[in-house]
Amino acid sequence: MSRLQKKLTALKQAGKTALIPYITAGDPNPKATVALMHLLVEKGADVIELGVPFSDPMADGPVIQKAVERALTHNVSLDDVLEYVRVFREQDTETPVVLMGYLNPIEAQGYEAFANAASSVGVDAVLTVDMPPEESAGYLEALQSAHLDRVFLVSPTTPDNRLSAVNEKGSGFVYYVSLKGVTGSKELDVEDVAQNVNRLRSSLTMPMGIGFGIKDETTAFEMAKIGDAVIVGSALVKLIEANQSKGSYDIHLAIGEKMTEFRDALDRADTLKGQE
Amino acid sequence: MKMDFSKFPDEHGHFGPYGGVFAPETLMAALEQLKNEYALVKNDPGFLKELAEDLQNYVGRPTPLYYAKRWSEQLGGGKIYLKREDLNHTGAHKINNTIGQALLAKRLGKKRIIAETGAGQHGVASATVAARLGLECVVYMGADDVVRQAPNVARMRMLGATVVPVTSGTKTLKDALNEAMRDWVTNVDETFYIIGTVAGPHPYPEMVRDFQTIIGRETKQQALQHENKLPDVLIACVGGGSNAIGLFHEFLADDSVEMYGVEPAGLGLETGQHAAPLCKGKPGVFHGNRTYLMQDENGQILGTHSISAGLDYPGVGPEHAWLKEIGRVNYVAIDDEEALQGFRDLTRFEGIIPALESSHALAYATKLAPTLASDKMIVVNLSGRGDKDMNTIAQIEGIEF
Repeated sequence: MSRLQKKLTALKQAGKTALIPYITAGDPNPKATVALMHLLVEKGADVIELGVPFSDPMADGPVIQKAVERALTHNVSLDDVLEYVRVFREQDTETPVVLMGYLNPIEAQGYEAFANAASSVGVDAVLTVDMPPEESAGYLEALQSAHLDRVFLVSPTTPDNRLSAVNEKGSGFVYYVSLKGVTGSKELDVEDVAQNVNRLRSSLTMPMGIGFGIKDETTAFEMAKIGDAVIVGSALVKLIEANQSKGSYDIHLAIGEKMTEFRDALDRADTLKGQE
Repeated sequence: MKMDFSKFPDEHGHFGPYGGVFAPETLMAALEQLKNEYALVKNDPGFLKELAEDLQNYVGRPTPLYYAKRWSEQLGGGKIYLKREDLNHTGAHKINNTIGQALLAKRLGKKRIIAETGAGQHGVASATVAARLGLECVVYMGADDVVRQAPNVARMRMLGATVVPVTSGTKTLKDALNEAMRDWVTNVDETFYIIGTVAGPHPYPEMVRDFQTIIGRETKQQALQHENKLPDVLIACVGGGSNAIGLFHEFLADDSVEMYGVEPAGLGLETGQHAAPLCKGKPGVFHGNRTYLMQDENGQILGTHSISAGLDYPGVGPEHAWLKEIGRVNYVAIDDEEALQGFRDLTRFEGIIPALESSHALAYATKLAPTLASDKMIVVNLSGRGDKDMNTIAQIEGIEF
C-alpha cells in the first residue's frame, strides 16, 4: 500500500475525514512554498495537494489563475516543484503529497523521466486535469512503475459507464468535482452533491474526495458529512493574494486561521457521523 | 501503400500520434454526446440537404474560382487562381463551419452558443447564425484583439451577441479559448460551444474540417472547368488551420497536387516573435489535443506575435501536425512585412482587398509563382476580406479616416 493509501485507510478506520488543502507551488514566490506546506500540516492537513503552475489553466477560476501567474513571474517549473517536495521531505516523511496540474509540462519532460523524478523526491500521486483515462496509455504505466498513485476526476456529468475506467486506472482516491464550473466557483448545491456522491459510491472502489467551491466552514462541514476527504483550494489561495504585500508572517497567520476553521468543521462532522 | 486519408481521424480522434480528447472531466460527457450526434448527422441526407441549402441561399455558395490574370502576368510564371471565400456572407470561410455547427446545436436543443474569436470573423459568423436561429450568443475575445479588430466587435454587438474581452494571460486568441472552455464547463447543459478552427478535443477537428471541405470540393470542379485539370499547387494560410484543411483535404489523395500551408512568421522566425508552431514549435498537449505548439522547455505555452489576429495562436489543428509529419503538406512561413506586401499587391493589381490572414498565403504565392512554368495552376485560398483590417492598415500606411 502506498503512503497515500495507508493514510486514507487509517483515517477511514479512525472515522476521520481527510483535509486536503491545495496551494500553487511558487505562489507568491518560490521561497514560500515549503514553509507553507509545513504550516498546512501543522494546522491539520492530512494530505497536501500541490499545484504545478501552467500558463493556461483552463479548468481554474480567477483566484488560482492569478496564483499561477504569480508563480510564473518567477518562472517556476515542474523541476522547481519537485525540488520543493524534496526539501519538504527532509522534515516530513508522513504527509502524502499529490501534484495537481495540466499535462503539457509533464509531456515536455517525458512521462518516464517525470514519474521517476517525482517518485524519487517523495511525490505520492499525480492528478492531471486534462488527462482523462481514455488518453492515459503510457502515462499510466510510467506512474505505475514508479509507484505513484493516479488520481482521476469525476464530475456531476460523468456517466456511469465511464466509472469502470476510473476504478481500473485510478488509485489513491477519486476527486469528485462538486459542481459544474471552474475552481473557486460560487454555487455549491449540497443536496445535489450528496445525491451524486451516493450514486457514484456504489460504483467506485476508492475513497472519494470532494473539491471545487468549498469556501467556508459551513460548506466544508456539509461536504465532510458526504465525502471521505475535503479538498480546499481557492479559499486558501485567496488569502495568499490578499496578504502577499504584507509578507509571509501575515500569510501564515491568515492561512493558519482558515485551516483551523476547516479542521474544526471536519472534526465536528466526524463527531456527528460517529454518533449516527 | 497508399494512405486512405478519409480514414482519419480514428474513432478516438487520433491522426497518428496527434489529436485525441484531452479535456477536463466535466466536458467528457458533452464531447461524447457531440461525437455521437455528429456521427448520426454526417451521413444523414436530411441534415446534409439542409446544410447545402443554407450554404447556397444564405452564405452565397459556390464561391468563384477567379483567375487573377493581371497579378499573375505581373509576377510572371504560374497562373494564380483565387478561391473567393472572401465573398461569403460575413466575409470569410468561417461561416461554412458555424452554419453546420448551429444546425447541430439546434438538433441538440441547446439555447445558448458560445465561441472564441481572434480576428473576429468566427465571432461574427457565430453571432450571425445565432441571430438567425434566435439563440443567445456569447463571444470571448482577447482584450488586445478587441482593440485591433474593432469593426468586427461592433458587428457582433449589432447582431445581438455579448462580446466578453478576456484580460488574462496574453489577451489574445489562446486566452479567449481558455475562457470559452471555462464558460462551457460551467454551463455545459444548455450551451453549445462552436469552436472556430480544426483544433480542440475530438470531434471538433474532424467536424470543423468536414464543414470546411466544401472549399476543396468546389475548387476541384472549378479547376476542371477552367483548366481541365487538377491544380498543381494549393496555398493557404494556417493559424488553427481551418481554411487550409478545407482546401487541402479533397486533394490529399491526388499525389500530383503540391500543398503549402503558410504560417505567420511575425517579426521573423529567428526572433521568437511569431506564431509558427509547425515551422518552429514542438509537439505537446494543449486545448484538448496533441499537436505542434509554441512552448518553452518547461512546457509553458508561449505568447505569439502576428500582424494578423486570426493567425495569432500558439497551436495548430492536429491534422496539420500529422500532415507535416508524413510529409504530405509543406509548411512555410511569411512575416508581417511580406504579408503586408501581399495585401498591397492584390489590392492594387486586382482590386480585391484581402484579409491580413489571407495575405500570408498571397505573399507566398508571389514567391512561388515566378519559379513555376506558365502552364502551372496555383490556387490560393482567399479565406477572407480585409474590411476588418482597415484600422491596422490605415495606421501603417498613414491613411486618415
